[in-house]
Amino acid sequence: MIYQGKQKIWADYQKEIPDDHWFYVRSCIRQNFFPASEKMMLEICRNVLGKDFYETEHHTTCGGIAYHCDTIPQETVMTIVARQFALMTEAGYENYVASCITSFGNYLEILETWNEFPELETRIRELLWKSCRREFNRPKYIAHASDLIYKYRNEIASKARFHLVNKETGEPLKVVEHIGCHYSKMFPSKGVGGAEYPYVLCGMIESWGGNVIDYPERRHCCGYGFRQYHIKANRGYSISNTHKKFESMEPYHPDMIITNCPGCPYFLDRWQYAISEMEGKTYGGNGYGIPVLTYEEVAGLVLGYDPWDLGLQLHQVAVEPLLDKMGIQYDPETKYKGINNKDLLRPELPGILKCC
Amino acid sequence: MDFGFGIAPSSAINLDRTDLEKFEKVHDMEPDIYKCMACGSCSATCPAGRFTGMSLRKVILDLQRGKEAEAISMLKGCMLCGKCSMVCPRGINTRHLILSICRTYKEE
Repeated sequence: MIYQGKQKIWADYQKEIPDDHWFYVRSCIRQNFFPASEKMMLEICRNVLGKDFYETEHHTTCGGIAYHCDTIPQETVMTIVARQFALMTEAGYENYVASCITSFGNYLEILETWNEFPELETRIRELLWKSCRREFNRPKYIAHASDLIYKYRNEIASKARFHLVNKETGEPLKVVEHIGCHYSKMFPSKGVGGAEYPYVLCGMIESWGGNVIDYPERRHCCGYGFRQYHIKANRGYSISNTHKKFESMEPYHPDMIITNCPGCPYFLDRWQYAISEMEGKTYGGNGYGIPVLTYEEVAGLVLGYDPWDLGLQLHQVAVEPLLDKMGIQYDPETKYKGINNKDLLRPELPGILKCC
Repeated sequence: MDFGFGIAPSSAINLDRTDLEKFEKVHDMEPDIYKCMACGSCSATCPAGRFTGMSLRKVILDLQRGKEAEAISMLKGCMLCGKCSMVCPRGINTRHLILSICRTYKEE
């Protein structure tokens, strides 16, 4: 290996991420699946790290799901996105951070399309003005929210109450990192580490004390793929992809999976239940599954937030074995208590996959 | 439980679980097998390929990956016409190679 050559190639995949003043946009689906993740992102950035993050209630979907399901044309998506940029411009921000991987890919694709076809941008500006009398400036910088946690990872590590270390053995936890396809497979230069060796989640894992597992199907899609799941007849394709990943990572005995996409944690988590019912197989120890967490949830655990305040009770796969390994205290009685001690009721337990 | 969809068998190849002893034997008899760069000229020119699915390029790849049954079933379509040896850019004696594979894997 020629070290200088490697450094030159690697330099193309490093991002100079601005430190502060962000216009934050949420995902359509993450608040349903992992309700505290986005709240935790803002909590950590604003209250723990003291950064300026602005969000507005006027923000809508980016149109990404409909676009990737082929139900709306790209011009419609572009006009929706132009409106989001207008909201950012009106709020006086220039750095745009998306919580969703698909939105992130969508924004990059649209800006790149406008670079190639400037007349299209002019037309979208006209459409936006006609539809809602708004104007916009292009963002100076577009980041995904995991880029920012990656940037702040050492600050978070310096305030950490827990680490990704097995409390009993003192060994680092074995962590699988899974990057959403739209993060850097579309535009490798826009992701930290590119498409082949994305470093965004590895950096967090290493800073917080864990060990990254390198397994054969590491870069394989989680199986969501929009039309693969949204059309019921295609769901066998979706679960087969996820199954392939689990079969590949199983020999390495991972303690947890960390992801940065809205769809990936949902499918890696819920399909473990479906696989257990279909094949009678579970991938964690003692009949449990492998806990799947978002990077915000992991950051929250590391900083010492209560697991139930992080919404971990809504995961299909029980997270208690992981909490025990990390030495995090939790109260099983309050697992299904909501805000103000409201009883959330207990879910029905699966037949094969063991849950606490 | 029936969800209305199923899990397709994985196409992943695990070389740790693959016995390549026979392939190594073929390699000893025909060292040229490693010269193949999978260009596909042999498959493109094969008169049997269109009708039987025969593709020497795929046969070599399948044998390297331990998928013997698929490889041997493809070879059954070969008529030993030798057109592939005429077009091989690496000069592999493909006809001889096919016979050696059949001898090693005990198929006619």
